[in-house]
Amino acid sequence: MKPMQRKALKKKDALWLGFVALLTLLPLAPAVAANSFHMHVVILILLFASMAQAWNIIGGYCGQVSFGHSVFFGIGAYGAGMAVVTYGGMPWPGILVGVILAAAVAVVISYPCFKLSGHYFAIATFAIVEIFNRSFLVWDWIGGALGLDYPLVKEGLMNLMWYNTKTGYYYCALILFLTIFGTVRWLEGHRFGYYMRAVREGQETAESLGVNSTAVKLAALTALCGAFFAQYNLRVDTPMVVSLDMSMKFVLITVLGGAGTLVGPLLGAAVLIPLQEYTQAFWGGLGGGVDLIIFGLLIILMVVKQPGGMIGIFHAVQKGILKRKNAAKGESADGAP
Amino acid sequence: METFVQVLIDGMLNGMVYALVAAGLCLIWGLMDVINFAHGEYLMVAMYVSYWLGFLLNVDPVVSVVAAGIFIFILGVLTYQLIIRYTIGKPGLVALLATFGLAIFLKNVCLNRFSPNFLILSGTWLGDKTLNLGNLIFSLPQVVAAFMALVVVGLIYALINTTRFGWAIQATALDRDAAELMGINTERIYLLVFGISGACVGIAGGIMPSYLAVHPEVGSMFGLIAFVCVAMGGFGSIPGAFLAGLLVGSVEALAGFYLAPVFKYIAVFGLYLAVVCLRPKGIFGW
Repeated sequence: MKPMQRKALKKKDALWLGFVALLTLLPLAPAVAANSFHMHVVILILLFASMAQAWNIIGGYCGQVSFGHSVFFGIGAYGAGMAVVTYGGMPWPGILVGVILAAAVAVVISYPCFKLSGHYFAIATFAIVEIFNRSFLVWDWIGGALGLDYPLVKEGLMNLMWYNTKTGYYYCALILFLTIFGTVRWLEGHRFGYYMRAVREGQETAESLGVNSTAVKLAALTALCGAFFAQYNLRVDTPMVVSLDMSMKFVLITVLGGAGTLVGPLLGAAVLIPLQEYTQAFWGGLGGGVDLIIFGLLIILMVVKQPGGMIGIFHAVQKGILKRKNAAKGESADGAP
Repeated sequence: METFVQVLIDGMLNGMVYALVAAGLCLIWGLMDVINFAHGEYLMVAMYVSYWLGFLLNVDPVVSVVAAGIFIFILGVLTYQLIIRYTIGKPGLVALLATFGLAIFLKNVCLNRFSPNFLILSGTWLGDKTLNLGNLIFSLPQVVAAFMALVVVGLIYALINTTRFGWAIQATALDRDAAELMGINTERIYLLVFGISGACVGIAGGIMPSYLAVHPEVGSMFGLIAFVCVAMGGFGSIPGAFLAGLLVGSVEALAGFYLAPVFKYIAVFGLYLAVVCLRPKGIFGW
């Protein structure tokens, strides 16, 4: 039994390693490299998969549905943005400050929020996003309603900015993606994984098992994603980064892919982001929100038809294949030895 | 002192309308533990119904309230039949996200059809008439809206607590299987309650164009405030939602007047956080 298990584990690891290698080499693929729009979509997929994965820990594994993650995201984005725009320096110190601040905010707001459960928790996180959204909009020091527009400075890793190709951004997004997926993968195998599943059943134990401290770490990672988003967009404004719409994206992607699973966020992002970007590209020009009408309909359809997420389809297919294999082998294969 | 009373009562009038919007949401939440994210968009659609009836057929909002109520009743029933029915028994997030999709859809259909412009209905009966009580001055449309909200919330409360249909709703909310065994058609209860919830918000939206501009984004804020009212009042409690609506309305008006208009929603959401900090299940929650 044991060698079997190890073999299965190794096979899974090999699959992951192959996948990572594929991602590393992706910019060399001519179809992607030649068309920067495809590249843009791939970068966004990686970024949003990372963000969704950070949400997945609290929302998926622990079952605490938070709509407040755009607060951390926004703090990260503003940290990078202000370092470059307001102070005219490199983004790095700003990113560091943003990450620390986001963690601090997470400590403060998780204290009252984790006392709540179910919808009360969800609505409390709504309220927090709205409070931040409205205060940021009128706070002149951080750019207020105008937002921050990046100046053009020398490209390169120092300034975390590239103009000619998107390859630099791609590798940054990839590192972000691997860091967050690696963390979650590690957590899943770790004792903590069992804790998390326990918390999903009974929430009172959350605090005693240290979900709070995990929430803080993941807030920091979310802020890192926000900083990258700011550097990539070359613009930070409140409705874009700290808003319910942004928060909903974290949730939508994860749930569409499969909440509480490792691959779920990646699957969700790989479906939702191209959907959003290409509907915008094809139908956005029609004006009057046609792209969003289609987007809304597709969300309803996907959620209603596949409430367990896309991962459910994969499991169904896998089961089907297994069944057929077993049927081919004969009766003995799926029964007792 | 007079200013304080004026602002406070203005806020409460507004709060009664919030309470009506929240009552609709509260019914569904209490019955099926579903948060309808498109609730604010129902309100927006109701406002458009009333606006176009007024603009094209010269029907006053006071009358179109009925039409808006019926229209949103049907919209609610359709939502249940086409979407919510499939999400019952699934994790709570599923219904929430499906209705979020519906909210995006409705908002953008209205944007597409009616443009993002603010539409204002002029020459209504209530128009800019005022009601003067001594030194206090109230805008008549708001007083009428608040009164209407008060009546409808009262009716809903009576419906739930004194009629057989209401008892059936309560029974279904407590235990669906047991209610089914007692011969209650729970599927029909769900359907009708979704419709009634729509009718509540439809009535609120129907009267609003006589004092508020209509645009596709108008519902979002009302929807959020309704969530806050329901959660602040406590799980599925109509009196709780009513009280929370009044509280939210007054805090909003007072903060807007004494601090700055930008702070009014910050104060409202802050109030919610403060309340659930003290009572994690809301004022009347258990």
